[in-house]
Amino acid sequence: MERIPILRMGGFLLVTIQVDMHDRLVTTLQDELTTMIAQTGAHGVLIDISSLDMVDSFIGRMIGDIAGMSRVLDAETVVVGMRPAVAITLVELGLSLAGVRTALDVEKGMGLLRAATRRRLAEADDGGVER
Amino acid sequence: MSDNGKGLSEVLSKHEADLQADWIKEQTAGSARRTGAIKEVELRDQCKEFLGLVIEALQGGGDLDVRGPRWNPVRDLLANLSRSRGLQGFTPSETASFVFSLKKPLFARIRRDLSKDGEAMAEATLAATVLLDGLGLYTTEVHQKAREEIIARQQQEMLELSTPVVTLWEGILALPMIGTLDSARTQVVMESLLQKIVDTASSIAIIDITGVPTVDTLTAQHLLKTVTAARLMGAECIISGIRPQIAQTIVHLGVDLGDVTTKASLADALAVALERTGRAVRRVRAGS
Repeated sequence: MERIPILRMGGFLLVTIQVDMHDRLVTTLQDELTTMIAQTGAHGVLIDISSLDMVDSFIGRMIGDIAGMSRVLDAETVVVGMRPAVAITLVELGLSLAGVRTALDVEKGMGLLRAATRRRLAEADDGGVER
Repeated sequence: MSDNGKGLSEVLSKHEADLQADWIKEQTAGSARRTGAIKEVELRDQCKEFLGLVIEALQGGGDLDVRGPRWNPVRDLLANLSRSRGLQGFTPSETASFVFSLKKPLFARIRRDLSKDGEAMAEATLAATVLLDGLGLYTTEVHQKAREEIIARQQQEMLELSTPVVTLWEGILALPMIGTLDSARTQVVMESLLQKIVDTASSIAIIDITGVPTVDTLTAQHLLKTVTAARLMGAECIISGIRPQIAQTIVHLGVDLGDVTTKASLADALAVALERTGRAVRRVRAGS
């Protein structure tokens, strides 16, 4: 069965979508990603969709859902590399993916995640919690 | 109707040459004619061809319906003439006077030839009027159509010209919008902005609406769509150039710009953009 690999990079998980998304694939990805976050205790997820050139409302919603689930599991999600056509489609479908952070490319996305982690650590220090 | 056409046809064929001469004189003398815009020779050719074609069409059976297939050559001639004059900047009435100015010489001939037979004269006059009015109206119609084509083309050109995306700084784009924002334009603007964001890997885009005369709910919605699409791609948008009246309109309309950063001037927006990308502008010496 086709699967989308989930790579671990330090404290973050990297998902690169390089095939056409179909509904089954997305639900599998959701399952595996949430399991992986829980197992590894990752606090950042980066989804690279730069190869994705077609979305429908279902896929769009699923991207939003994945971000929501990750947040519940205390991991920040950044979607990177969305193509113009995909962005226009999502806006026209009325999906603004509120709550999902976005970045232009993987590098900038990683920068966002690192910044978020630093903030988190700083907050933890302020709270006097041992880590 | 066929009788009318016959009388008219006879008058036309009999006096073709001097009718043409009078007609040209009429047009040249008329104040409507633009001196120099059309050459004498060209005008003579046009008149000659027109008369020839009309006579030919009338001889075929005297059908006065200028929309009929018999009149195709005449209509083609008028269409070409009207289009070329339209491009030269003639007004519709100046263009139509090409046909209408034939009335005076033609009616004079009809009166002279058919003065003995009052009924035939009335019939021929009616036929000539119906015919020339029909052709004249057709000329105006084509003229209008040619003008509309020009307008449509200019609109298209304006659309292409009015949506430049400029790079203000490394990673900072500006989109100075000029003119009314409708759906078609927003689509073009959105596409070119998003493409430029990808090409230049810019993380901040400033949409400047100084040149947008009015903002209504639809325009605001278009703007928000563009901002959302850019955000989805990972670029942040700042809307600048909001004039006081537009700020008032936006609030009165109850448009929610959400968490979009808005600034009064492009300079302010650029300052914010520079700050967000970790840069600062400072004066190195006292300006003159």
